[in-house]
Amino acid sequence: MTDPSLKPLLDVRGLTIRFGGLVAVNNVSLSIRSGELVGLIGPNGAGKTTCFNMLTGVYEPTEGEILLCDKSLVGVAPHDISSRGISRTFQNIRLFKSMTVLENLYVSMHHEREYSLLDTILRLPRFAVRERALHDKAMEILKVLGLDRHANTAAASLPYGEQRKVEIARALATTPKLLLLDEPAAGMNPAETAMLATYIQQIRKDFDLTILLIEHDMSLVMKICERLYVLDYGQLIAEGSPETVKCNPRVIEAYLGGSVGEAHV
Amino acid sequence: MNYVLQITQLLGINIILAASLNVINGYCGLFSIGHAGFFAVGAYTSAAASVLWFPGLAASHPDLALLLVVGVGALSAALAGLVIGVPCLRLTGDYLAIATVGFGEIIRIVLLNLESVGASRGFPGIPLLTGARLPLWILFFTALSLLAMHRLIRSSTGRAIISVREDEIAAQSMGIDVRFYKIFAFVLGAFFAGLAGALFAHYSQFLHPSNFTFMNSVMILLMIVVGGLGSQIGAVLGAIVVTLLPEVLRFNETLSGIRMLIFGAIMVLVVLIKPQGLMGLFHRRKKVGVTAV
Amino acid sequence: MSEFVQYLVNGFAQGSIYALIALGYTMVYGILKLINFAHGEFYMIGGFVGAFLLAKFGLPFWLVLILVMPIVGGLAVLVERIAYRPLRNAPRIAPLITAIGISIMLLEAMRLIAGAQPRAFPQPFEDVIYEVGEWIPSLDGVIVQRSQMMIFGIAIALMLVLNAIVMKTKIGRAMRALSMDFDASRLMGVAIDRVVAFTFLLGAGLAGAGGVLVGMYYNQIEPYMGQLAGLKAFTAAVLGGIGVIPGAVIGSFILSISEALVVGYSESSYRDAIAFAILIVVLMFRPWGILGKPERIKV
Repeated sequence: MTDPSLKPLLDVRGLTIRFGGLVAVNNVSLSIRSGELVGLIGPNGAGKTTCFNMLTGVYEPTEGEILLCDKSLVGVAPHDISSRGISRTFQNIRLFKSMTVLENLYVSMHHEREYSLLDTILRLPRFAVRERALHDKAMEILKVLGLDRHANTAAASLPYGEQRKVEIARALATTPKLLLLDEPAAGMNPAETAMLATYIQQIRKDFDLTILLIEHDMSLVMKICERLYVLDYGQLIAEGSPETVKCNPRVIEAYLGGSVGEAHV
Repeated sequence: MNYVLQITQLLGINIILAASLNVINGYCGLFSIGHAGFFAVGAYTSAAASVLWFPGLAASHPDLALLLVVGVGALSAALAGLVIGVPCLRLTGDYLAIATVGFGEIIRIVLLNLESVGASRGFPGIPLLTGARLPLWILFFTALSLLAMHRLIRSSTGRAIISVREDEIAAQSMGIDVRFYKIFAFVLGAFFAGLAGALFAHYSQFLHPSNFTFMNSVMILLMIVVGGLGSQIGAVLGAIVVTLLPEVLRFNETLSGIRMLIFGAIMVLVVLIKPQGLMGLFHRRKKVGVTAV
Repeated sequence: MSEFVQYLVNGFAQGSIYALIALGYTMVYGILKLINFAHGEFYMIGGFVGAFLLAKFGLPFWLVLILVMPIVGGLAVLVERIAYRPLRNAPRIAPLITAIGISIMLLEAMRLIAGAQPRAFPQPFEDVIYEVGEWIPSLDGVIVQRSQMMIFGIAIALMLVLNAIVMKTKIGRAMRALSMDFDASRLMGVAIDRVVAFTFLLGAGLAGAGGVLVGMYYNQIEPYMGQLAGLKAFTAAVLGGIGVIPGAVIGSFILSISEALVVGYSESSYRDAIAFAILIVVLMFRPWGILGKPERIKV
């Protein structure tokens, strides 16, 4: 599936960020090849979401480089990131609550609407044609995730598990090359998590994606991730296949070794 | 009959005003309470156009002149919206509200001191332009404005604006240039407020800065709060209620005297009891998305 | 030089009054992140209640000052209970709207009761004018009124009392905790409703005192006085750093002295515009004010 001789899709080198005196992420380097499904794990507060925030332009790194298909992402405005090919979901669901599921996806497709303000105000034929096209594309995505029956339901009224899936669908609607999933299984029961695992693998195939996943649910991680990076206190402490990482003493210590009241970043 | 005609025209103007503020506050979620400022810019620039810049046209081709001055008013207000919006819209919530109040007041104070438009004496002698046809023109512009705003909201641009209200950070990540769309919504709202202002100037034929105070901005806000934030129909209903209420109260002298007190009470009560406003009475909680109405 | 000092004197007197109002804005904002649009009306009501007590009962000035504070404070507690507390978990725009509504109601109520025209504030005592030139020859021409000294003195005294309350009492500590981290404080068991009510009581009480002092200083009061003064005091609070108590005081004096200097040296009618100008400038370049800190949003 992935050719080791190809250049990596995502190349992160020496990523560091300081907030005042606090170093939240320290010299992190990752490399992800096209088509891979990679996990980013580590105890709470290790800096995983902060890394995502830097990859998506929400924070600017203090040091380091982020290359997507060999082009730097550092300094790119957050709203331009998606046109570069990265999309993400959020740790705490951030759906557009009073919009329907379809409308949530339409927002992601704004940059490909292909009609002008004039078309909009005068309702020229192109408007209806393109709106239809957006509708059809969005429905395709929803079908893959089993959400098509909710298409016209308000996002806020869906059950939690479905909302998490809508977040993924919305991210997919930007046609990304690289999808960042931030704790997609949070709050899900084992049955839902197992379904999620299937969905994630399905979308990787159907949409030709590369996926980087933050997750605490080890059953999901072990099941679908091909490779893992482990972060602790902002630093990379291990890297490798799930089996290797699982047995790594430093990793075990990071998860179990700290005292109950340890400070979080 | 004359009275009814007057009220209808005022109603049309207020409907456009309320709908325009709804774009900014209701759809984009920006708390702007200086809207009377844009109304003022539209009113005064269009009046200046009729009286000072194109008096000849006003006399010879009133219909054309009306179109022209309405355009002048709307575009000037839109420009004001841009000038004010670009620095202000970097601010969040409460700070934005205060900044808009500040700018609204600045506009009023400037007009109060500007000799060319009458300063504190007011701006008299604005021509009625199309005479008996003015009510029809106002009706036309009201319908046109509502239609234009409706179409803009029910489109990808409208969804972008709404997504900014719903969750800025998510909107950014999905590719929406939040800063751009805030300014866009603001300028759009200012444009239509200016349009309403131009109509008002020629309906009233006299302008004074005291028509455009903070209280006036609050009244416009009251219209959309009563009607239901984020709903165009709500804005229309709210405008109708707020415009007609003082007229209804006129029949009882005591009530008329405490009219402002009643408005204040309505603001408090609506938010406490029925925050979805009048629209909340119609909509059941089975939502059909934001772009339905 | 004399002119400059005179403007300073005037500025300090006026600034004391702004400070008494600004403190209320900043305390409420610090805890609830709410701009209490109705706050200026408490100042206005204080002036009227003070005038009433002086005229109707002939009470001594110091007693009137002491009585006005809890009366106005009590009104504020009532307002909070009715119009803000139910909305504590509502979107931020909601209490902002009710605050405006309450402001309108209070203003209109007073206008209906007392009439829209300014009315004279009863003179509790003879004002004395001190000519500074008698003691410091280089400052010949500078005059300080006894009323100005009283205002400054009383305001400072009240601020010291406030400081003692906020720094040294249990409830003051609760106020500070709430303003630093509302949710954590709640989880720690702070009696939110009580502390918030107390904050409103204090803030409005100070503003009410300010109203009495201003009535005494300018010899008149009117229902609309809360609007402009409220906006200026709010500007002062924002300038100093909204939510930061010392900031309200600093901002107030900076504003009032700037006003005095500009009016004094340029004789302009743009005095009121200065507050707006300062407000806009602060919001554009440093919205968190002199002593405030920028907020960070967590993603």
